[in-house]
Amino acid sequence: MGRFGKLVAAAAIALAAVTTAQAAGEQAELKKVSLPHMNPFGSYDFAAVQRGLQVYQEVCAACHSIEFLAFRDLNDTGLTPPQVKAIAAEYTVMDGPNDDGEMYERPAEPKDRFPLTFPNEQAARAANNGAYPPDLSLVVKARIGHENYIYSLLVGYADPPADKELADGMEYNPTFPGGQIAMAAPLSDEAVEYADGTKATVDQMARDVTTFLAWVSEPTLVERRQLGIKVIIFLVIFSVLMYAVKRKVWADLH
Amino acid sequence: MPLFNANNPIVKWVDYRLPVFSFADAHLIDYPAPKNLNYWYNFGSIAGIMLVVQIATGIVLAMHYNPSADQAFNSVEHIMREVNYGWLIRYMHANGASMFFIAVYIHIFRGMYYGSYKSPREILWWMGIIILLLMMGSAFMGYVLPWGQMSFWGATVITNLFSALPFIGEHIVTWLWGGFSVDNPTLNRFYSLHYLLPFVICGAVFVHLWALHHRKSNNPTGLDIKGPQDTVPFHPYYTVKDILGIAVFGIFFSVFLFFMPNALGEVDNYIKANPLSTPAHIVPEWYFLPFYAILRSIPHKLMGVIAMGASIMILFVLPWLDTSRVRSATFRPVYKQLFWIFVVTCLVLGVVGANPAEGIWLWIGRIFTFIYFMFFLVLPIVGWFERPRPLPAGIAESVLEKSGGGSSGDEGRAA
Ligand code: HEC
Ligand code: HEM
Repeated sequence: MGRFGKLVAAAAIALAAVTTAQAAGEQAELKKVSLPHMNPFGSYDFAAVQRGLQVYQEVCAACHSIEFLAFRDLNDTGLTPPQVKAIAAEYTVMDGPNDDGEMYERPAEPKDRFPLTFPNEQAARAANNGAYPPDLSLVVKARIGHENYIYSLLVGYADPPADKELADGMEYNPTFPGGQIAMAAPLSDEAVEYADGTKATVDQMARDVTTFLAWVSEPTLVERRQLGIKVIIFLVIFSVLMYAVKRKVWADLH
Repeated sequence: MPLFNANNPIVKWVDYRLPVFSFADAHLIDYPAPKNLNYWYNFGSIAGIMLVVQIATGIVLAMHYNPSADQAFNSVEHIMREVNYGWLIRYMHANGASMFFIAVYIHIFRGMYYGSYKSPREILWWMGIIILLLMMGSAFMGYVLPWGQMSFWGATVITNLFSALPFIGEHIVTWLWGGFSVDNPTLNRFYSLHYLLPFVICGAVFVHLWALHHRKSNNPTGLDIKGPQDTVPFHPYYTVKDILGIAVFGIFFSVFLFFMPNALGEVDNYIKANPLSTPAHIVPEWYFLPFYAILRSIPHKLMGVIAMGASIMILFVLPWLDTSRVRSATFRPVYKQLFWIFVVTCLVLGVVGANPAEGIWLWIGRIFTFIYFMFFLVLPIVGWFERPRPLPAGIAESVLEKSGGGSSGDEGRAA
């Protein structure tokens, strides 16, 4: 690169850095949560996924669905097939038509997906003062900040500053863009009683449900990383070999 | 070109009737390539491999994908969760598109640096730009298929650009959509074309390579091949080198694919398309950002569209805008500076395109849009006043000079 070119490059990069720094605003800075799977080589903490499932079932599911989650997926979280079957059996799903042409209800089986909380968006809004509790299947991948955002949102409720005007039915939460959200703080200490005896603080439940939602968003993450390590090791060795071959082939030319 | 000569009777029998073996020999084995091609020359074969990867993964995706506005998003999640290795195929395809563009952009910049667009390679260069345009079309329509928020709104914004055309604009947009908004018919036709265009690209690549093999590769000195001392047979010299390049690029690809498969995407595309809710910032995929920045830096809609189109179309006349008789930037002190300014300009425009078109970004965008076009406009003058550095006598001599073996070449010989 020519000297002048370098100068232009440096100036442009500096300019970009300065302006990007200004761009933030409006939204409070996210709290950083550190969960094992957020490490590039990490795996999910499946005990936390199971606790998060419990939080989801007992708290969030009152308003939010997870349309892409099937009961059998829970087999991957360390639950045994009989346990998964038992969890499924707590739900009823619509099936049919039967031989008489009737739809009928039956207990859910592992092959079924978690039933939707509301049949459609209108019903969900009608039950939530017009606000729409989004499906949580992909929410960790669908928000800037990912896990940090979900965690910060759940622990981010606070008393509004004196000058903050809240609209009707809105709660103050500086993590949510705009600072007010139509979801009342879903978590409070001891909102659930964990089967494994973990103390259910708001912070603990927020971490657990965030881990659970991360797993729901990307259930193949562990498999992906394991395969990735193998593929990259293979390609590195292959590249080194090819480099040696290339050197040898070209040697007589130089 | 040595004629193919085999003793195997079956090979002979086939080759007499259909000369596949002599063809492979002439184009892959004995094909003479300049002996001084550097690693920047690897990106052509890398781009070719990425096209194959896109087609192979695309065909598998198409077996599980459902192109209806109701089911498209769900079927992509079905691929991600329920199809065996569906996540791998889909992430390969989504990241593969980015890798394809990275390879092709480097390939284009390489061509600009070494003056590969100049006579007698103008048609070769044109075919390259046509491939780029077809890739843009394929990638744009592919991005609509998962039917997320960015798919929907990106399609809406970009197709709407046609409405800037006077009189017929609105009609064209309705015609493109197959209705009065981006909807099921739009998705269906985009899917059909998304499946088709990559095969049109294959055809264009064929013509690209035909022209290449007719006039042979340019090289870092920009000098013509003068005889056998300047070349080596493609096999094994460039077959091993290309495989090495593909393997190293594969590592780069794998880091994205396996460890940050969504880093190049937009989070909003994991939200189902919703015609009633517009995302706060509508941004295209990264590989369109410089052009998007040019579009938005012009305050007039039609002029913006024209400027964006011109920013690519101007590449077609590059061979005539550049009046220098010397090809390679290595020997062109002024052009070399301009080239790097141009590269930086494209990168800055990319950053601008990712940011909202307001305040300081608007002005940075305008300044660099101006620089982008100025690059092409000053080229004719540069060729006229620039004093090229002395050229080596030939390709072979330049190689010897580099390895310190031979004489210092024939100073002062102009091309
Ligand atoms: C009483 C109903 C209700 C419960 C219980 C509830 N939510 Fe919500 N949630 C909502 C509503 C309503 C919204 C939409 C808020 C808005 O758009 O202002 C929402 C929005 C969200 C969002 C999206 C925020 C965004 O960035 O768009 C997340 C994430 C979320 N909830 C997570 C949870 C989790 C995790 C739980 C369980 C711990 C939970 N919610 C429990 C009603 C509920
Ligand atoms: C030039 C080569 C190609 C490019 C650049 C390309 C690009 C893309 C892109 C950017 C997407 C969106 C990915 C995402 O975000 O999910 C996509 C999706 C898709 N493409 Fe392609 N593609 C190419 C070739 C093909 C071919 C040849 C086929 C079919 C045979 C195909 C089938 C599909 C399908 C079914 C989808 C939807 C699934 C999905 O979104 O993951 N593609 N393509």
